[in-house]
Amino acid sequence: MAAMNSKAPLPIYNIQVLKSGFFLLSCLPVLFLLYRFLFDNLGANPIEEIIRYLGLWAYHFLILTLSISVLREQFRLNRLFFLRRMFGLFTFFYASIHFLAYIVLDQYFDWMEIWLDIKDRPLITSGFLALLLLLPLTITSNIKSIQYLGALQWRRLHKLIYLISICALLHYYWMVKLVGISTFIYLFILTMLLFYRIPFIRRIKWFQGQSN
Amino acid sequence: MLINKAKKSACLESEITPENIYRQRRKFIKMSAAGLAASTASASLLIAGCDDAKSKNSAHLNKAGTGVLASPKDTLTPYADITSYNNFYEFGLGKEDPAKYATNFPSKPWTVSVEGEVDKPGTFTLEDILKPHAVEERIYRLRCVEAWSMVIPWNGFPLADLIKRFSPNANAKFVEFFTLHDPEQMPGQRRPYLDWPYREGLTMAEAMNPLTFMATGLYGKSLLGQNGAPLRLVVPWKYGFKSIKSIVKIRFTRQQPRTSWSDQAPAEYGFYANVNPMVNHPRWSQRKERRIGEFRKRDTLMFNGYADEVAHLYANLDLKKFF
Repeated sequence: MAAMNSKAPLPIYNIQVLKSGFFLLSCLPVLFLLYRFLFDNLGANPIEEIIRYLGLWAYHFLILTLSISVLREQFRLNRLFFLRRMFGLFTFFYASIHFLAYIVLDQYFDWMEIWLDIKDRPLITSGFLALLLLLPLTITSNIKSIQYLGALQWRRLHKLIYLISICALLHYYWMVKLVGISTFIYLFILTMLLFYRIPFIRRIKWFQGQSN
Repeated sequence: MLINKAKKSACLESEITPENIYRQRRKFIKMSAAGLAASTASASLLIAGCDDAKSKNSAHLNKAGTGVLASPKDTLTPYADITSYNNFYEFGLGKEDPAKYATNFPSKPWTVSVEGEVDKPGTFTLEDILKPHAVEERIYRLRCVEAWSMVIPWNGFPLADLIKRFSPNANAKFVEFFTLHDPEQMPGQRRPYLDWPYREGLTMAEAMNPLTFMATGLYGKSLLGQNGAPLRLVVPWKYGFKSIKSIVKIRFTRQQPRTSWSDQAPAEYGFYANVNPMVNHPRWSQRKERRIGEFRKRDTLMFNGYADEVAHLYANLDLKKFF
């Protein structure tokens, strides 16, 4: 941590190493799922387990993505900033295969049932909306898009992440029958990360004190 | 038992696939799931392949003991799945929690108290409750409100036979059941997930229906804690949460009793909770279900396929309103 806090810029090759390291780490959940699938270790209802597991990891990466700005502002961990895009892309990756698993494994391409689910069930509507809104952010997550849109427009577009987070929160909340401790913690963390973005809360002295 | 006569919803034992064959099918299903990524055509070939395996080996079944059935094309859910995938919030919210935390359950002597509108109330030891009843096997479909299902060979006796022993009086219109409340043995009860103890209820007519069953075992073995040891209800035409586990109190009432899930979320769970593909739960379509161990979903049947036996109970009831 001491090294992280030093003012000297990180050499470029270090960033590359860090990037590759975090990339591999971020792939671990899906590799572990593959391992559990191959070794018949997914329990009595493997389809449900696969879908919930992937959804939970999409949620984890959403939390990580939103945490990067907090780390930067509160703890001056500027150098981790390059991770924000990577975590954002992994959020989309896990959300996509979560949705794909729902289409293929759960519904087996029953488009009528899928449509009725999205239309009638807030649980599914919110999840689908979150994925849909992630799409433009994923497509524009490169330097060219920033240049094309202009920094201001780009930033405005990427504020969609807050709407996506609210959809994800609702999706998770509506999925559980009863809110247990772990669910409560998950919901609490994402809610706090959203609260942190509210200008009125950011003006509270304590938060400003941390970054001065 | 009278119930042994063949019914439309029943099927021959030879139509049931034994557990070892079933295991093979599951492997097939897994393989086909993997094959899907490559091509849908090859997947359907593999699925066709498992039906072959079933018909070739159906002869095995005739050895498997006596039993009444569920319906054609039903396959017994493996014992390992029935005992590892449970909703029993008294032991935690996760599906695997009951198997983890109910290993020594029950660790204290069991009694059942019978109260309310009966001529012969009292508190009975488990032995007193069980002694007069001959144990029979019933193979029933179990449909969870979460849109998954199993086929379970229960051991036990009809609830009606038990009820008759207590001589309910003319005021008894409903039967109310309570699960044990003992946070020491049931760690989930240390948290206010539900308003403990868990409670369920039936109308007298439902309780006296010959399908309604008190289970003490499954697959010929005593019930494990996670499945509701030592005594649980099985109401096969209703969603699983009606089949209350680990019963310590039975009360006969004039009024419709409160029930745990209906208390918790009245818009989502009703008193009747009959399996009904036409009435959707806000979070789960009830039109289809996944049979544990199968890949494709199957259509959910009205009253879980037991309409012949129970539809008459609800002849004058608007099932959309009284869900």
